[in-house]
Amino acid sequence: MSETRELVCIRCPLGCNLSVKLEGGEIAAVTGNTCPRGAEYAVKELTDPRRIVTSLVRVRGGELPVAPVKTASDIPKGKVGDCVKALRQIEVPAPVHIGDVVMENVCGTGVDMVATANVDRS
Amino acid sequence: MKKDLVIIGGGPAGLAAAIAAREAGVEELLILERDCRLGGILNQCIHNGFGLHTFKEELTGPEYADRYIGKAKTLGIPYRLNTMVVDLRAEGQQKKLTVMNREEGLYEIEAKAVILAMGCRERTRGALNIPGFRPAGIYSAGTAQRYVNMEGRMPGREVVILGSGDIGLIMARRMTLEGARVKLVAELMPYSGGLKRNIVQCLEDFGIPLRLSHTVVDIKGRDRVEGVTIARVDGNLKPIPGTEEEISCDTLLLSCGLIPENELSQGLGAAMNPVTGGPFVNESLETDKEGVFACGNVLHVHDLVDYVSQEAEAAGRKAAAYLRGGLEGTGRVVSLRAAEGVRYTVPASLDIGRMEEAQTVRFRVGDVYRDAAIEVSCDGRILRSVKKKVLAPGEMEQIILKKQELEAADNPKEIVISVRTQGQGKEA
Repeated sequence: MSETRELVCIRCPLGCNLSVKLEGGEIAAVTGNTCPRGAEYAVKELTDPRRIVTSLVRVRGGELPVAPVKTASDIPKGKVGDCVKALRQIEVPAPVHIGDVVMENVCGTGVDMVATANVDRS
Repeated sequence: MKKDLVIIGGGPAGLAAAIAAREAGVEELLILERDCRLGGILNQCIHNGFGLHTFKEELTGPEYADRYIGKAKTLGIPYRLNTMVVDLRAEGQQKKLTVMNREEGLYEIEAKAVILAMGCRERTRGALNIPGFRPAGIYSAGTAQRYVNMEGRMPGREVVILGSGDIGLIMARRMTLEGARVKLVAELMPYSGGLKRNIVQCLEDFGIPLRLSHTVVDIKGRDRVEGVTIARVDGNLKPIPGTEEEISCDTLLLSCGLIPENELSQGLGAAMNPVTGGPFVNESLETDKEGVFACGNVLHVHDLVDYVSQEAEAAGRKAAAYLRGGLEGTGRVVSLRAAEGVRYTVPASLDIGRMEEAQTVRFRVGDVYRDAAIEVSCDGRILRSVKKKVLAPGEMEQIILKKQELEAADNPKEIVISVRTQGQGKEA
């Protein structure tokens, strides 16, 4: 039994239209991708969809009240909401630097949350 | 104050242009930035997806900006923050800028060359003519983005977004993640104005409906937004009576297009392209005012900052060449024309003697096309035809012209770029 699934690759802003051919539930072929990342995305999206999460963390004593953060790599799509909720529980002291780990192993994903901007002391 | 080169704007375009100019040997240069930090709008774009072309990794906006800010600082490029250019004019070859800030008041800078890198701004409610009172709770998507991402404030709890531009889509996800309920995104056109990946990861991931061919026809509420009325539009984009639908909400975000911010360019008297809202430029990104260059969103609105940086680097290099006296025209000028399906081209003309080996031409199409081709012809002869599975107004396209192929042509006059549809390829 073969089936075709249409996806839009979100790995980069090109947004390639991917066609994934499934044979008996198994991925047989990916077409429409411009680069290997597209094929990788298609396989992941149909087996283990993951997202990089970008959000904010509150900063104490900073020039800005918040600092932007991201997951250091992608996490399971189903954990995105929990991850953002966990961030609301914490506050970090200024200064914050790009790459600072603000939360380790967020929601048991094994992935750290890192700062993505510099926020100096006020 | 006298400078060789003044760069107006310290966002991604201004930074990349300044770095390229300094690396090409320009010593006396200055960046003028009106905000309190360098980096421009990237500072509030905390989502990822920046820099895949430039750095081969996926960065957030502030991280992308920081790479350039770091480099500008390492190179010792001077900049002034909280400083606004209020007037720009040309007196012969000399450019004069009237500049203002809190410390020094109003003063003049004389420059031999200027790079315009002022970016763009959002279309406002006033420009959209939506009826109703003027209650609190109506924001442009970018304003809401600044409140949420830099000031840590939520503009509202129940949100309707008008316009499916990228900032609107990104804000649909941001507001949802921060606990708001985004009820829907209404888009006037039958297609989205944003990148496909943003439809997937900002709307579909969160089950937010995208209503194409819909617009907001009324805003309810006197002090605070209490709801909006949306309606379907016909082929002429006019609301169809009887299709109205009331949606309760406390916030309306507008993501209805970006307008290059060209008051200074117009004051200078530079020839403007009514399609892009930016100045006409040649292959060196020089406006019709000698020694005044333009790059980034002030020239034409881009989707990707990577392309802004590329374009700005070219502007910086060309400004440096101009200052060395190395940008003399050769008179072998070819005009570029946007024909069927193509709305504009940047550049609008090129001097074959002065062009680099490969010249990038960027443009946008005016409609959604499937299985079409981009055709490039020179004085009626087809140079090439590039097949495209999908072409959409929301995605900027580019082709590369080679100096070699134009040198080979017999005194070329005009290059035409058009969309060639194959049979019934065009979608309404």
